Amino acid sequence: MKPSKLIRLLQGVLVPCLVLGLWHGLSSSGLVNPLILPSPLAVAKRWFQYLSPYEPFDPAKSGYLVWLVSGELLHDAYASLHRVVSGFLIGAGLALPLGLFMGASDNVYKLFNPLVQVLRPIPPIAFIPLAILWFGLGNPPAVFLITIGAFFPVLMNTIAGVRHVDAIYIRAAESLGANQWALFVRVMLPAASPYILAGARIGMGTAFIVVIVAEMIAVNSGLGYRILEAREFFWSDKIIAGMITIGLLGLALDTGMSRLNDWLLKWHRGIEHR
Amino acid sequence: MSAAASYISIRDVSQVFREDRHQEVVALKNIDLDIRRGEFVCLLGPSGCGKSTLLNAIAGFTLPTTGRIAVDGQTVTAPGPDRGMVFQEYALFPWMTVEKNIAFGLEIQKMPKPRIREKVSALLAMLQLTEFRDRYPRDLSGGMRQRVAIARVLALDAPILLMDEPFGALDALTRRNLQDELLRIWAELKKTIVFVTHSIEESVHLADRVVVMTYRPGTIKREVAITLPRERDPSSAECNVLAKELAQLVMEEQYRHNQDEIRASAAAG
Repeated sequence: MKPSKLIRLLQGVLVPCLVLGLWHGLSSSGLVNPLILPSPLAVAKRWFQYLSPYEPFDPAKSGYLVWLVSGELLHDAYASLHRVVSGFLIGAGLALPLGLFMGASDNVYKLFNPLVQVLRPIPPIAFIPLAILWFGLGNPPAVFLITIGAFFPVLMNTIAGVRHVDAIYIRAAESLGANQWALFVRVMLPAASPYILAGARIGMGTAFIVVIVAEMIAVNSGLGYRILEAREFFWSDKIIAGMITIGLLGLALDTGMSRLNDWLLKWHRGIEHR
Repeated sequence: MSAAASYISIRDVSQVFREDRHQEVVALKNIDLDIRRGEFVCLLGPSGCGKSTLLNAIAGFTLPTTGRIAVDGQTVTAPGPDRGMVFQEYALFPWMTVEKNIAFGLEIQKMPKPRIREKVSALLAMLQLTEFRDRYPRDLSGGMRQRVAIARVLALDAPILLMDEPFGALDALTRRNLQDELLRIWAELKKTIVFVTHSIEESVHLADRVVVMTYRPGTIKREVAITLPRERDPSSAECNVLAKELAQLVMEEQYRHNQDEIRASAAAG
């Protein structure tokens, strides 16, 4: 028997509710200093405060919609998102052509692989000192770090994807008269796309980790910056509210990538258990 | 056969593959074969007899180690759209719809869009695929996929169809159905077909001439002309006599294949 919608919903919220209850019990018992662990209610209150506009609505200053989104949280989320997306696009945009060439040509692979293998294990975080030295503070070093974070997952998966293209597709295309360009763009690229998109999803995840760290160090806006700033003032409720926001944004990004994958790969669903 | 009657000419072709440093496999040895324009030839033999190797060489996927293959006087050096290849595994592009798969070769040739559309529609109708136009290959049965693969090759008006056990993975009914369909297309479009199979019944049903090949090294054991009139009934007495004769030839090679496997496993064990 298939469980009903209600039961599945209850299943999904059971553990989070237990954790919340435990948290609430702990913080209201008086055993823990509320500065160390604020109650969930305090966090929720702070989160709404963080989300809502800072100043009361004033039609003379701005339109209603502009006022509605003028809260600090939305500004921070936008700043973080903007960095992630630009860094990701640059990183993936550089990794894709290089990966295609490295996957398709043994010579290109031999030329670039040693360098890639040495650079790849360096965590993007380790580039922070160099990034600040090169680009100073502000957006450029942050975007640079995110670019590195997104670059390698996309590169490695693109190489693997091209190398795993079934030779029979190449043969079929060749016998149908495909030239090198058509082979590349119309056969190898789409055949490798399940791998490439899986790499893009991992790359997006890495980029999101890197943006938070980069914001803690190199810039003074964004969600990462905000939770570090809150620590300076001992606003533990705001730290947790910021963390929850980071979690939600990360989830939204990953869900978005996953939906995009499903849509782009609608031809691919279930192909592996044919 | 005089040279003038030979459309596909295979002259003293040998193919040697290096398995590793110490071992070479002679897949084909001194093959001489002439195929007439419009002829339906089946290459028949057990696995390992080099029939697919020979087909791949005609297709231009591999070049023979020695000897020469020519089509209409032109030496084969690479795959080309004049020789349409149909694979057992269909090899449809899974990211393209049925329509896009069939249009692929035409788009490569930069044929104008309206003409592609017209041509694809005609082929869809011919192979009874019209309702499947916008489907992806994964939504199709094996038989339907192979219809698409055949349509994709026909789209280029290739005078030669090279078919590598195209119906090998299909159930008996679908197989029979596609065999009849292929014969209809062959008669209607006057194609030259080289068809690899290990099914004796299939070769008797389809071929003008069956070329039986030997197991390693692959040579031509015997050529058997099938002169029975078309619209053959594979269960008829005449077909059975031929099938028996062919089965005798093939089984000798199958026996050598088995012996070889036993030897190999004894050596490995």
